[in-house]
Amino acid sequence: MDRAQTNGTRTHVRLRIWRQESPDHEGRFEDFKVPYHKGANVISCLMQIQRHPVNAEGAGTTPVIWDSSCLEEVCGSCTMNINGRVRMACSSLVEKLQEPIVLEPLHKFPLVRDLMVDRQRMFEALKQVKAWINIDGTYDLGPGPRISPKDQQAMYVLSTCMTCACCLEACPQITPDNKFIGAAAISQVRLFNMNPTGKLNAEERIRGLMQEGGIQDCGKAQNCVQVCPKEIPLTTSIAAMNRGVTKQLFKDVFSADKETKAASGPA
Amino acid sequence: MASARFTVVGGGLAGLMTAIKLAEAGQNVDILSIVPVKRSHSVCAQGGINGAVNTKGEGDSPDIHVRDTLRGGDFLAEQTSVKGMCYAAPGIIYLLDRMGVTFNRTPEGLLDFRRFGGTLYHRTAFAGATTGQQLLYALDEQVRRYESQGLVSKYEYWEWLGMVKDDAGRCIGSVAMDLRTMEIRTFPAEAVMLATGGPGIVFGRSTNSLINTGTAAGRAFMEGAIYANGEFIQVHPTSIPGEDKLRLISESIRGEGGRIWVPKRKGDTRPPMEIPESERWYFLEERYPKYGNLVPRDIGAREIFHVCRDLGMGVGGEDAVYLDITHIPARVLDAKCKGVLEIYEKFVGEDPRHLPMLIFPGMHYSMGGLYVTFDPGPNNEPIAGSPKNQATNVPGLYASGEVDYAYHGANRLGANSLLSCIYAGQIGGPAMIAYAKNAPKSAASSPAKFFDSAKKQWVERFETIRQMSGPENPYQINRELGDIMTRNVTVIRHNDQLKETLAKIQEFKGRWSRLNALDTSNNANRSLSYVNQLWNMLELAQVMTGGALLRDECRGAHYKPEFQLPEPKTRDPREDANWMAAWRAQTDRWRKTTIAKYNKDAPEISYEPIPTPVLPPEPRYYG
Repeated sequence: MDRAQTNGTRTHVRLRIWRQESPDHEGRFEDFKVPYHKGANVISCLMQIQRHPVNAEGAGTTPVIWDSSCLEEVCGSCTMNINGRVRMACSSLVEKLQEPIVLEPLHKFPLVRDLMVDRQRMFEALKQVKAWINIDGTYDLGPGPRISPKDQQAMYVLSTCMTCACCLEACPQITPDNKFIGAAAISQVRLFNMNPTGKLNAEERIRGLMQEGGIQDCGKAQNCVQVCPKEIPLTTSIAAMNRGVTKQLFKDVFSADKETKAASGPA
Repeated sequence: MASARFTVVGGGLAGLMTAIKLAEAGQNVDILSIVPVKRSHSVCAQGGINGAVNTKGEGDSPDIHVRDTLRGGDFLAEQTSVKGMCYAAPGIIYLLDRMGVTFNRTPEGLLDFRRFGGTLYHRTAFAGATTGQQLLYALDEQVRRYESQGLVSKYEYWEWLGMVKDDAGRCIGSVAMDLRTMEIRTFPAEAVMLATGGPGIVFGRSTNSLINTGTAAGRAFMEGAIYANGEFIQVHPTSIPGEDKLRLISESIRGEGGRIWVPKRKGDTRPPMEIPESERWYFLEERYPKYGNLVPRDIGAREIFHVCRDLGMGVGGEDAVYLDITHIPARVLDAKCKGVLEIYEKFVGEDPRHLPMLIFPGMHYSMGGLYVTFDPGPNNEPIAGSPKNQATNVPGLYASGEVDYAYHGANRLGANSLLSCIYAGQIGGPAMIAYAKNAPKSAASSPAKFFDSAKKQWVERFETIRQMSGPENPYQINRELGDIMTRNVTVIRHNDQLKETLAKIQEFKGRWSRLNALDTSNNANRSLSYVNQLWNMLELAQVMTGGALLRDECRGAHYKPEFQLPEPKTRDPREDANWMAAWRAQTDRWRKTTIAKYNKDAPEISYEPIPTPVLPPEPRYYG
């Protein structure tokens, strides 16, 4: 910890930040030292660098590029590796971090610049599993189905997933160039298949999980559930959806039999 | 109109609902958003969405919702839109329920409703304390469904720069910039919906997301759109002060029974839990026995300011009061408010279930915004499918959500913003289609010259910005702008300080021309876009401050002590004839919409009378 010798109070924060102008450029770490304020988090340090873009050696530099928006851990933007651990930068309070605070971009996603990456694969995964309710239209059709408070509580937790990518970053099965959809999308299938209306299209979503990059790619490392900032029971979701896929496979075997019989005509 | 396209700018609730309405009608939609739409600021709304569904046997009705909303806004709101919104509210909540929003439930499995500010009814449907996030996700999912069908194209990390107009002055598209590749291109559109949210970053630190700079509204204003009621800025009574932002502590905390207090003895240094009940001053409950801690936000914020600043009775002599929920069982809190409690825990490091929270008001919302019209039908609600609804004064340009001025008057009631966003999108989408059908000429067939010259202008502007190499830093100027705006243009306003602020904004504009662009890269260069945004923020700051300076009265969130009416002599002000005469004179003089038009030096400000087909004004009174 960087504390002033005389009175034991911290005056500055030291950061070591990954700088890379584009995927085509070489990357390197750049050191910074910014004034400490009570309650400072990683974002407030990055904002200080914006206002005074000078590195620890006193040389002028460009402001760091990173994604962030809400700063209260609901938008899912500011995911990065902080001291080697994937987490949200906004809720990373400086007083709880070892210095220098090392900031690196997510490694499992294409780099855009500095700490900013492209997480589009997560949104594509939501398309693959059809993560939505198939409503008839937006006109007034009266209330939705009744739901018990217990089911609501379970579904609510699942629906707080903010597509932040912590679970994908921590997953050993995800690589920058494979197609595994990861825990977030699998858990969304559980959410929609629990909903009374969503159930009507449960099979479509289960089939989404059976496609390339689907649930079969999960290696059960269980890292996802440990890094989820919203404490979503991701491994429970994966287990439940594995059962769903198994059931579907059995159904497919038996219904395929029936179809063959029907197609072959009377014996 | 087979090849017709529509543009929606902004991917929050208002933008996504507009896009859904357009796609549902078979139209092709381009959504431009500076962040992936799922990360829009709507996620920050916590407490809930209002609708008079009346499931608690209280006799609530849309008419009472209308009255609460109009009174809450001190009769400055556009009345037909308010009526339309409140009548549509139960249907909107049911629609969201059908989309799968995980609303809290009663034991019978029905939607649960809670109390919120400015009303005496349980009218607020909620999904834990992250209702905005849950609503946004529901709309995001429906839009993704249309995206997978090919009707919606998303342009995420694209920033709207300005309009493309034809020589008749109609908006026929937009110019936008890819914030990753820095490519600038045009998007022809039969109509453009600006659903770009509020201008919180004009105040530096607020409860808003970093993306809420108001830049699109500022630019639309510069290009001829009227900005209305800019001086009406909502300061939320309860937020956690922070170095990077002010984090909202939802009104739902008080809706579930949270109480605001300070120690009765000034300078009492005991820890809060050691201060006995009899030595706590529940100042809101004492002054407003009927509404208690759930007075409207403008009143709550002013009372907390008064206690801390005028009386010096803030906790520890500082700008802070207690928000106390320690008397509510943790089980109840976790089922209904967990999201908010977690924010306090994570960012302050204390558990609000066992220790009262320390909070202070923070800039939260802009009631003012782009001027839009409505087409009133015989029942005084906007006529469904009329092209006039949500239309700005620029033909072809629409606005909805926080960026429009209409629904909240001088003060917004809690849990009405999610509702107004969705309702505005619901009527805005069909309005755009109707406009396009009636338009003399399609945008798609307009001459290329309009698009080429608009694009050229922006390419050149960004080349100029890239070359700026002066001594000033744009982020630093924003910080200074935010500090003075927060000090002088929020809860309490004085004309001398407003004049000082206007002079300061002029000075910032001067410093803008001596900016350093900080970064010359052609890849994901945020500084370039920020330099451009900063100018637009300065324009809006001028509109807000200029409007505040000219409005010599107190109305809703706009409070000038020098122009305050005296206290009525009776508990119910309507029984004090002298006071009523003074109130009526003030109402006749000032109950008007502030209209700001762009002018190079300073905005031109005028006033427009507000028709009252729904409810005549009455004194606002929450005793």
